Amino acid sequence: MSESNASATRITPGNALRPEDIAASDVRPSEAVAEYALRLGDDALILAQRLGWWISRAPELEEDVALGNIALDQIGHARSFLTYAARAWDKTEDDLAYFRGEDEFRSTHLVEQPNGDFARTIARQLVVSQYQFALYSRLVSSSDATLAAIAAKAVKEVDYHRDHARQWVLRLALGTEESRRRMIEGLILTWPYVGELFEDDSLVKELEGTAVLPSSLRESFDAEIHGLFAEADLEVPEVPAAVGGGRRGEHSEHLGYLLAEMQVLAREHPGATW
Amino acid sequence: MVGGSQTGDDGAKAPSAEQPGHPTAEPWPLWEVFVRSSRGLSHVHAGSLHAPDADMAVRNARDLYTRRNEGVSLWVVPASAIITSDPDAKGQFFESPQGKDYRHATYYTKSEGVKHL
Repeated sequence: MSESNASATRITPGNALRPEDIAASDVRPSEAVAEYALRLGDDALILAQRLGWWISRAPELEEDVALGNIALDQIGHARSFLTYAARAWDKTEDDLAYFRGEDEFRSTHLVEQPNGDFARTIARQLVVSQYQFALYSRLVSSSDATLAAIAAKAVKEVDYHRDHARQWVLRLALGTEESRRRMIEGLILTWPYVGELFEDDSLVKELEGTAVLPSSLRESFDAEIHGLFAEADLEVPEVPAAVGGGRRGEHSEHLGYLLAEMQVLAREHPGATW
Repeated sequence: MVGGSQTGDDGAKAPSAEQPGHPTAEPWPLWEVFVRSSRGLSHVHAGSLHAPDADMAVRNARDLYTRRNEGVSLWVVPASAIITSDPDAKGQFFESPQGKDYRHATYYTKSEGVKHL
């Protein structure tokens, strides 16, 4: 998460909000808004770390790049949300990304789930991207101008992530017997973690008009999933819900290992830049 | 991320030909990519890529060739659909214009009294 912008080939697109702009602004979120931004940022950060693993391991080089691009988009969203949250506590995005413990992360269990095979990753991508698309589509109308601006940039990117996942679900489900078996298996492994995404709690209720009530996103999520599954001849898996609690800092055994790998460099060499 | 990842999920294996139960992996077909930049008038060949079908080829082209705001329009064409000139027929194909300077505007001298040239 360095602030290197010194690329000769980079063309900064339009007037998209950058994390550096948020860090430099005078706007300080309230404690509650910062907590909410932390949730969205942590989902994006943990997902990005998971997706980065695929680089050099996807079925084809082109898919390495596609998943890598999606991971980088998510890092971008994480940087904006975490930079904003960090302002409430006089910290930086790196303090939050690298120097928090497992129980301080507010991400859902879905994003820390193992990559599994390509189909399982695609199943997770489908759920995350449909959820994030529904969420950011509504967050653009937030009464908090910074959250709205971050969402406005992110929604265009997750719209593409959603398209990417849906295209692959269709191809895997309607491809070979083996690809279909793996797609179904991936969905079965993923579905227990869907429910947690749409749970309301006191924080989001307190932030009415600023935060998006997760339960209000369920209907459009289900409608889009049903449409896709009808086309792909798939069914929504009937599996019991997993124990959630990610928003309260209660995580599965997977997150600790993921954080150890993600944080080791920054912790061994505090303040290092590269 | 480094090799020997501890978080890299034991189940995660990209499909490969060696894997039992996986159908013999044939490489995805090759596609040629043409990008029109925002200031360009025509699509220009940018390179090639592999994709399982046309829809995915357009998406892969977006990821590979328009990462830095290079384009506003993309074409993908199956590489097999492109007919090339015969590399051995260079002579009759490309040497004929040599010596035909009158095909260039610079061959002509401006006549006296012609305005706006």
